[in-house]
Amino acid sequence: MRPFRSVTGIAVPFGAKNVDTDIIIPSRWLKVITRTGLGQGAFEQLRADQANIFDQPRYAGAPILIAGENFGCGSSREHAPWALLDMGFRAVIAPSFADIFSSNSAKNGLALIALPQEAIDRLLAAAQDGTVTVDLEANQVTTDAGDRFPFVMDAFRRHCLLEGLDEIGLIAQREAEIVAHETRLRSERRWVGVQ
Amino acid sequence: MTARTLYDRIWDDHVIARQDDGTCLIGIDRHLIHEVSTPQAFEGLRAAGRRLRRPELTLAMPDHNVPTINRDKPIEDPQSALQLKVLEENCRDFGIEYYEMTAPEQGIVHVVGPEQGFTLPGVTLVCGDSHTSTHGALGALAFGIGTSEIETVFATQALLLGKSRNMAVRVDGVLGRGITSKDVALHLIAKIGTAGGTGHVIEFMGSAIDAMSIEARMTLCNMAIEAGARAGLVAPDEKTFAYVKGRPRAPQGADWDIALAWWKTLKSDPDALFDAVIEIDAATIAPTVTWGTSPEDSAPIDGAVPAIDADPVRAAAMGKALDYMGLTPGTPMAEITIDQIFIGSCTNSRIEDLRDAAAIVRGRKVAASVKRAMVVPGSGLVKLQAEAEGLDRIFIDAGFEWRDPGCSMCLGMNPDKVPAGQRCASTSNRNFVGRQGPGARTHLVSPPMAAAAAITGKLTDVRTLEAI
Ligand code: SF4
Repeated sequence: MRPFRSVTGIAVPFGAKNVDTDIIIPSRWLKVITRTGLGQGAFEQLRADQANIFDQPRYAGAPILIAGENFGCGSSREHAPWALLDMGFRAVIAPSFADIFSSNSAKNGLALIALPQEAIDRLLAAAQDGTVTVDLEANQVTTDAGDRFPFVMDAFRRHCLLEGLDEIGLIAQREAEIVAHETRLRSERRWVGVQ
Repeated sequence: MTARTLYDRIWDDHVIARQDDGTCLIGIDRHLIHEVSTPQAFEGLRAAGRRLRRPELTLAMPDHNVPTINRDKPIEDPQSALQLKVLEENCRDFGIEYYEMTAPEQGIVHVVGPEQGFTLPGVTLVCGDSHTSTHGALGALAFGIGTSEIETVFATQALLLGKSRNMAVRVDGVLGRGITSKDVALHLIAKIGTAGGTGHVIEFMGSAIDAMSIEARMTLCNMAIEAGARAGLVAPDEKTFAYVKGRPRAPQGADWDIALAWWKTLKSDPDALFDAVIEIDAATIAPTVTWGTSPEDSAPIDGAVPAIDADPVRAAAMGKALDYMGLTPGTPMAEITIDQIFIGSCTNSRIEDLRDAAAIVRGRKVAASVKRAMVVPGSGLVKLQAEAEGLDRIFIDAGFEWRDPGCSMCLGMNPDKVPAGQRCASTSNRNFVGRQGPGARTHLVSPPMAAAAAITGKLTDVRTLEAI
């Protein structure tokens, strides 16, 4: 997983509340076989409207998304963070996120930053004509207009993001213990590995 | 050592490492995979240049997308066809055994695992599918996982997990004539709600569970997920050992003796503490049927669609469900007419389910008002066994369609769907809005109850039919 330390760039001032996973990626995209390319289906219904915010040239290539409360509610589809990452987002800033979406995002290196609504309101304004920085090492979001908003993230999740440790990377650090477990299995319960 | 539950024992036995925050790295013994939740996991492995750590502990087959007719012809939906092709290629590339769609061993993963002896007592078993809880009927710790976790199991044969709490569901007494473990499951979910088991692993126990066949226990554990539980478990007993013995992938010879000696120790200590205990008197359970759009919305067949709840939040949800289902409070359950019958799914598509249904159908005809009645066996081997017993003739003669194995109308990812507005008596596990097709109205029932509904064209108390 790509480590997340600090990202500076344009932020899309989306701001919508209760954005569910069906809005992020409609169910017809679940028959796909890759996790890349889902950016095409991301926010499909919203983007059918020519004037949608995501396709405005001024926000092209933005790595940050600013949204409203309860972002990512609905189904457990991991396709939602995959779609956002495929669109180029590295971080989403919102007042709150749905549970399963949070854990799915963490497993894919998408940083979710929770800030109070007042901070979000200010960021939505600042993003109109300036850049935003999400600095995970310093635990703060700043703007080039001089705003500074500290945030708190679960320590384990933050550690994994900073080091770029996905679950597999983390577990790989336990290789010696895994081998010991496998050895024990082989001697005590050989049949587990025989079929 | 403090007294432990069966779940505690299997958990402890698979802990590879323990983190400071209590999260444990758990070794995984068995991994079942199908075509829908795995393509991106394989893609992830490839992108990172990783190998499959233990391909021999993984077994693959397509089930969700497969058509149930014309298996000799190409699959019409190009996306379904592609998901199958990709699974087959991935299995070949990574050295995983794969049952292709036309193999006799193919079927719904949760039917095939136990049938092949792939599922065994005391193992940890995962699959990218929530109904993995089914396998707990053999005393395996089995639960559903997401795509990232599938990739993790591929690469490490382990998972980082937080431990669930322990819940005991004790069912004592004798089930009445015509009452199945499906009714026990629906009764339990009505009692504790679809979130009643959240955060828990349920161990089913009591004299009614002891008396159940292994397949009946599978139906019960299958539905544990609909009660919100992470997994369902039944302690392995002599029936379990007899069921497992001689299956193609079960231990043999000296391995069998070693395994059996350990399996016999797999039970909760008499003084083990459960965080929650639910007690049910088997004699109070009637054939149970759902009327709403959640598995907890059920009533006994001799009851009626309930009155709107006094609680405003609950009332609003009920109103919405009844509106979708086209039902009104007070309607007797046994007066609800049925358009479609589906006997199948990982809940109720095993040989005993088909025998139970055939016993009701034998010598009778599907009502003329029923637009379609379908039997979809859970696996190719279940289908062959049923045909050897002549069950297919009983169903076909009565007017049922006899299909090839797969998930089929349980979720309608293949062409088998309930048309909008039609009402289906289904032996599956989810009556969610649109689950069996857009606008489809699902009534969850047991196999004998589905058979009874097919004969009369309406929801029917199977106990009134048997005497004929
Ligand atoms: S039969 Fe239904 S519930 Fe079972 S695995 Fe298939 S889709 Fe899921």
